[in-house]
This record gives sequence, structure tokens and C-alpha cells, in this order.
Amino acid sequence: MNRFAALLDRLAYEPSRNNKRRLLVDYFRTTDDPDRGYALAAMTGSLKFAHAKPALIRSLIAERIDPVLFAMSYDYVGDLSETVALLWPAPDLAHRPNTAPQLSTIVETLHETPKSGLLQQIALWLDALDETGRWALLKLITGALRIGVSARLAKTTLASLGNIDPQEVEEVWHGLRPPYLDLFAWVEGREPRPISDDPAPFRAPMLAHALETAQFETLQAGDFTAEWKWDGIRVQAVSGTGRDGAHVTRLYSRTGEDMSHSFPDMIEALQAFDDVTIDGELLVVRDGRVQPFSVLQQRLNRKTVSAKLIQDFPLHIRAYDLLADQGEDLRPLPFVERRARLEALFARIKPRQFDLSPIISFGTWDELTQARADPALAGAGPDADAIEGVMLKRKDSIYVPGRPTGPWWKWKRDPFNVDAVLMYAQRGHGRRSSFYSDFTFGVWRATAQGDELVPVGKAYFGFTDEELAQLDRWVRNHTLNRFGPVREVTANAGEGLVLEIAFEGLNRSARHKSGVAMRFPRIARIRWDKPARDADRIENLEALLRG
Amino acid sequence: MCGVMAASDLLTLTPAGLYCPSGDFHIDPLRPVPRALITHGHSDHARAGHGQVLATAQTLGIMALRYGPDFAGAMQAIAYGERVKMGDVGVSFHPAGHVLGSAQILIEAQRCRLVISGDYKRAADPTCAAFEVVPCDVFITEATFGLPVFRHPPLAQEVEKLIRSCQLFPDRAHLVGAYSLGKAQRVMALLRQCGWDRPIYIHGAMEKITRFYQEQGIDLGDVRKVAAADRPNLAGEIIICPPSATQDIWARKFPDPVVAFASGWMRIRARARQGGVQLPLVISDHADWDDLCTTVEESGCTEVWVTHGAEDALVHWATQKGLRARPLHMMGYGDEGEDEPVSEGAA
Ligand SMILES: [Zn+2]
Ligand SMILES: [Zn+2]
Repeated sequence: MNRFAALLDRLAYEPSRNNKRRLLVDYFRTTDDPDRGYALAAMTGSLKFAHAKPALIRSLIAERIDPVLFAMSYDYVGDLSETVALLWPAPDLAHRPNTAPQLSTIVETLHETPKSGLLQQIALWLDALDETGRWALLKLITGALRIGVSARLAKTTLASLGNIDPQEVEEVWHGLRPPYLDLFAWVEGREPRPISDDPAPFRAPMLAHALETAQFETLQAGDFTAEWKWDGIRVQAVSGTGRDGAHVTRLYSRTGEDMSHSFPDMIEALQAFDDVTIDGELLVVRDGRVQPFSVLQQRLNRKTVSAKLIQDFPLHIRAYDLLADQGEDLRPLPFVERRARLEALFARIKPRQFDLSPIISFGTWDELTQARADPALAGAGPDADAIEGVMLKRKDSIYVPGRPTGPWWKWKRDPFNVDAVLMYAQRGHGRRSSFYSDFTFGVWRATAQGDELVPVGKAYFGFTDEELAQLDRWVRNHTLNRFGPVREVTANAGEGLVLEIAFEGLNRSARHKSGVAMRFPRIARIRWDKPARDADRIENLEALLRG
Repeated sequence: MCGVMAASDLLTLTPAGLYCPSGDFHIDPLRPVPRALITHGHSDHARAGHGQVLATAQTLGIMALRYGPDFAGAMQAIAYGERVKMGDVGVSFHPAGHVLGSAQILIEAQRCRLVISGDYKRAADPTCAAFEVVPCDVFITEATFGLPVFRHPPLAQEVEKLIRSCQLFPDRAHLVGAYSLGKAQRVMALLRQCGWDRPIYIHGAMEKITRFYQEQGIDLGDVRKVAAADRPNLAGEIIICPPSATQDIWARKFPDPVVAFASGWMRIRARARQGGVQLPLVISDHADWDDLCTTVEESGCTEVWVTHGAEDALVHWATQKGLRARPLHMMGYGDEGEDEPVSEGAA
């Protein structure tokens, strides 16, 4: 585990993709099975065990350190796992268990140990590990292992161990399970390519780059087709036939997570297809009308899927691509041909709960710009509320997993803007733990006692490092009250800091005092010049609520 | 043992820093004073322009190197363990293990022994005399790393990390940010202990001080100043430079540099990331939390004054232990060396 931890630590600081790859190659070459396979699983998010709650970590450390010293330390470091890893009073080297646990031992134990036994086990491991090892262990068991290595990079690295096309690794990947002994044996040339006998495999999706308006100069309108960018979740619907002749249907997330159990109604609708892989958007459609994302959200992440839930949130897949049809891999075909196959398929099957993502007709970029500005007028009608921009796909683009530059573009709707007043600031985490970098802001609302600020959102980004330093200084110089890591700052009509907030959309929210919740708010500008009293009012936001 | 009144009469806090009225001298004063006792050569402790300066010969040498030979009206060297009388008190200097020439200062008055630690550490350092515990009634300790999250790892482990990286990336230069006085030379000596026998390259800004260490008999092996034309050819080599130089245009001429930084602050990941560091090396010239606590205990003091860093945690700890403890909110230290976090931003 210490070696894996050292790798993670180094990866986290290394910005270059190529150098990350070299670190990974070195690790895979010099680490034995099955540890390296579990490491690969940890990095690609393929380990499945119930994550420990932060409360468990807190309880472990609470038994071992003075609460005042803990509070000071946590406040300083800002990250719970790191704080505990540093504070942990491990026995000195002479009294430490002489072998640190292997990653494989840890992973296998986590799978088997019931939650009740976990606390003591984790304490024993923490005793045996060094600081970096403890940090990595705590990140791993709380499911917070974010290390700046994409699953794609890990797989590409693996391919490079044996001069294999990364595409091939991608293909076999979903049939394999940690610790991937067969995969390593194959890339190292010791055994033939593992056979994936999954009848309904996931195929890595093709992703789009964000388009800047200026880029139009380099693109020809005639080379592209355009579709609406739907505000749902990207899914892959797969049906296939097992060796025993059984019909297998699955719904995958964009990252390849099998979500079938959450969407039995969609799985049932998928039964209409034989041996296809459909790429599309999962949406809630009520009375023929696509609902905004906030409605879909209420259907997601439910532990149990009741009949009522299914009835109240009728699901629908708006299909935009066909990757395989009757066992034929369509990905090498140009987009227009795949689209024709998709249309033919739908014409033949006429599936319920599925339809085609409409193509937006346009001749010039100006026409597309207009369509994007007003989807309702450009053919989307009442579905316009669930549209967050347009997608551009080159007509000749073959389907390439990952995010190639050039063939596909997403062109999001312009963000909304509001001028709000900074109310609270909280210390950031990770890189920013010494800065006040999480900002809660509010807008004016009339009350019987006069105007007051009501919080409407929280922003963590959008500013440069220099602006962060300025904001941090402003917060420290205008603190009214402190609550743990949070500071309340001066915010009244006479004095306060105005922040121009950009956001993607607004939902009604019963949980928020203001009744609204912003999507992806970020600080667009710091309005040092603007008096707080001139900031926006809640009515400005309410006007944006639709549907 | 001395009472509260006695101790705080013996040493008071003035705008210029700690002052001993009975001996009429300041310790590490921030502004020019008639008589100054200097613990060590870091610029926040050792300033130019005092009337008389009492310090170890090595500290005086470092000050002369930095400020020129006339940095004070008069200088007097004192050896470790030597005792001089100043007014009503006796004064002696004892090794602090921080950098070459660094000292703790013991003030002995009637029935009261008071030690000012200066900056100190207890971890191994081949480039300076090792820290000695000086029994006392009142211990005035630094607390640069005065939080229990600061526990410095074994040194060899950190140096191995650097050597291993040179092996893994033989096509990349390894720039190690290290403070010019003390840390840089210590890193060189530790590299030698771990078997690194290639030439070690240094930035021009640390050449004078490094030569001074070598003249004092400290073996650092083959140390070469980086010539401008050499930079593109130093793949796989270790180059030690002031921390700020790693972010300079100067650094760009090296082949795909790995930026390392040797500092106790590197223990905190956010700090390393803020500094754009790719290879944090937790190597500190200050006592870590465990050593701060151990030293307070071993000094046998009944009263601790905490200064120079994170004071609250150590004061809390000492109070729990039944000691009288108070923070000394002294400003002005931390302009050089590790006393200041790498990028506390504007705070
Ligand atoms: Zn110092
Ligand atoms: Zn200092």
C-alpha cells in the first residue's frame, strides 16, 4: 500500500500527461500481481465496496487526540483524510507492525469485512502505514481518491506496456474484473487476448470539446450536422444475446457504470431491440414534453424504485447514435451513415420510450446561432426548457472513444448573470486550504423591516489565483463573525463586495431559503466598483424560473 | 525557579524584539539597537546596523558575508558553552542544530535560568553542531511547526525520493528549491550520505554561502555553480537553487525540469500545490511537533513562552501538561528560511 500511495502522491503533483504515464509504467512494471491490478481498479473507479463515512474517520481520531488540537489541525489543513493521516499517532518505526498491508489485502478485506468490524481493522492498517500510506488509505475507503489520472490514461498506459492499441484494451475492458491478471498477462505477451464474452458490453463513448465562438472561422458549416444538447444524462442502451440464447439488456452511464437496476422501466422498453448499442440522452418526458434536469434529478439516486416513482417520472431515451446493430460494429462508419441506420432501425421497431434526437436544419453559422439563442422558435417548441445548447458533429466523423479534437463540438447556451453580494466565505480544500475560497452570496429581498440579503448560491471557482488572493484578503479584513472555517463578512447596503455570478440555469428549491437553486454558479467578475445596494434583487432571479 | 514577575522582568517584549533590562541587550532585534545577541544568521534574526553584536564566530562570518565586514559597530565572538557576564546576568550560547553557527541563548540571573531557543531542530544535520538540551526554568521556544500535523518523516526517505526520481526521469533536470543558508547545504550533505556522487549544481545566488560552509570544513563533495550555457545539458542532474528561482525564467532553460522543494511546509499537500511543486521533500530545519513537545519536557522548565509560528496549539498542549504557558505575539520574524509558509497568499 505504501508504494501505491507514493505513486498516487507523485501523480497528484505531476501536471504532464506524458510524465504521469511514465510514472504509471514504472509502477506497473515493478509491482507484482495482484497489487497492480487492484491499483488499476482503484484508479479507474472499478473497485466496489461500501465507502466509509467521514464520521467514522472522525471517531477514529477522536479516540486518539485532544479535540482542541484536532480542531486546530483540521482548520489548518482543510482536508479530513490528510489531517488524520498526519495526526495519526502511529507507533514509532521500532514498534510498528513490520510489514505494511498490501493493497490487495486491503481491497479484499474491505469487500469481506462487515461494517461493524471495519473500525478496528482500519486502525490496525493506519498503525502499519506511513503518512502517505495513511492518506491514500483514507482517501480510498471514503471513496475520495481523485488523483488526476483518467481511466483513459490508465488504460492507454496499460496498452503501452505491450505495444497494444489502446482501443483494444478499451474493447476487452468491460468484460474483465479486478485484479485483471488476464489483462496484464496479455499486455505482457504471456497469454492471448482475454475473450470478453459479455453479450451486452459497454463501448467507451465519444465526447465533444466545448466550442468557442471564435472557432467558427476555422469550421465549414456544410461539414456539420447540428442537434440540440439535451439537459439529461448521457446513457448507452445495449441489448444482446448471451450464449445460452438469453436476451440481455443494460443501461450504462457515460463512464460505463451499469445503471440497469435503477431504471427497470427503461430496461423493459429496451427489450424491443435485438443486439444494438444506442447512444442517447436519458430524459423525463411528461405528456410529450421534455422536463428540465431538476425533474429528472428527482428520479435519480433513489434506493428503491417504486411503481409510483416510475409513473410520476416517465423515462425516455432520445437517441443520437447507433454504435452496433445486429452484431455489426458501426463505429467505423461516418456519422451520417450511422444516423441513417439509426433512423431505419427506429422506423422498423417503432420503440416506445425512445425517439430520435431531431436534427436542426441550418445553412450558415448565423442561422445556427439564432437557433441556439431561441430553440423554441427553431423547432424545439416546448422542449426548449430542457435544452442547454447545441451539438455539432462532423458528417464524416467516425465514432472514436474519448475526446478527439475536431469531429464533435458542444456549444452551450450563454450563461445567465446576476450581481450578488458576498455574505459568507469558507476555507477551501486541497490546493486552496489556506484561502477563503468558497463564497456564499445573496441578493436583495424586501421584508417588513426593509431590504435584506437572502443567500442564493455558493461559488468555488471562476477566479484567477490573483483574484483569489484579493478575495481572501478582503474576507479577512471584513470579517464580522467566525463559525469554524466559515467567516461572515460585512454585507449591507452601505458596504459589501459585489460579485458578478454566471450560472447555467435556475431551479426551484424548497431546501433553499430563497426558493431557488443555481446550477454551476461561478464568479464571472469581482465588481470592486459596484455599491452593494445596487446588486440584483430576488425578483430578477424569479423571472428566470420557467416551467 | 523564578516567579512570573521575575521572568518577565528579566526579559521583556519591546518593539525592537526581546530585551533584557538587567543585561541591557536585545536578542535578534528587528531594528538597530546598541547591543544585540544574535542566535543565527538568517536575515530575519540577524540584521545589520547594531552597535555591538555578540554571536558565534560562524554567525558573525555569515553576517559579514551578507552585509559586508562593517555590519555592526563592534563584534564579539562567543564559543558554545562559554559564559560571559553582561550587567547583572550571565549569558552563554548553546548549539541549536538549526544552521551553521546557530545557538540557543541561556540567560542566568539570580535563581532563574531562561533559555531562548532561537530557531532549532533535533533531526540529524551533518552541516552543523547538534542541538543540546539546556535545562532551564523558562523556555522561550519557537513554534514554526507548532501543530501536531507537522511530523517530519525520516530524512533518508525524502532524499531517496529525489534520487529515485532522477533515475526514473534521466532526461529531466531536477531543480531543488532550498533556502540559501543552511537548507541548501544540508540537502547537499544528505545527498552525499545517501550515495549521490555526481556533481551537485547550485544557483549563483548560493555560491558564496556554500563556499563559506566548505571553508568551515563541511564536506559537500563536488559542488559546481550552474553556468548559463550549461542549463540545457543538465538532464538527470540535481540543481539546488533558491525557492523563488524555480518559478523564474532562469528555470525554463533546463530540460523539462522536475520542481522539488525541500521544506517542512511540504508536509501539507495544498502548500506544495500552491507553490507549483512536483516533488515535495519534507526536509525541515525546524523542530517538528513531537520534537517541540519533547524539548519543552526535557528542558525541565515550569514556564513556556511560545513565539514565532503556530503558538496556540503548543500553548494549549503545555497548559494541559500543567506548565505555565503564554504566546509571545512577536512580529517581524519569518522573512527568510522556513519561518514563512511558502505561499500564505495575502494573509
Ligand atoms: Zn532560522
Ligand atoms: Zn526564524
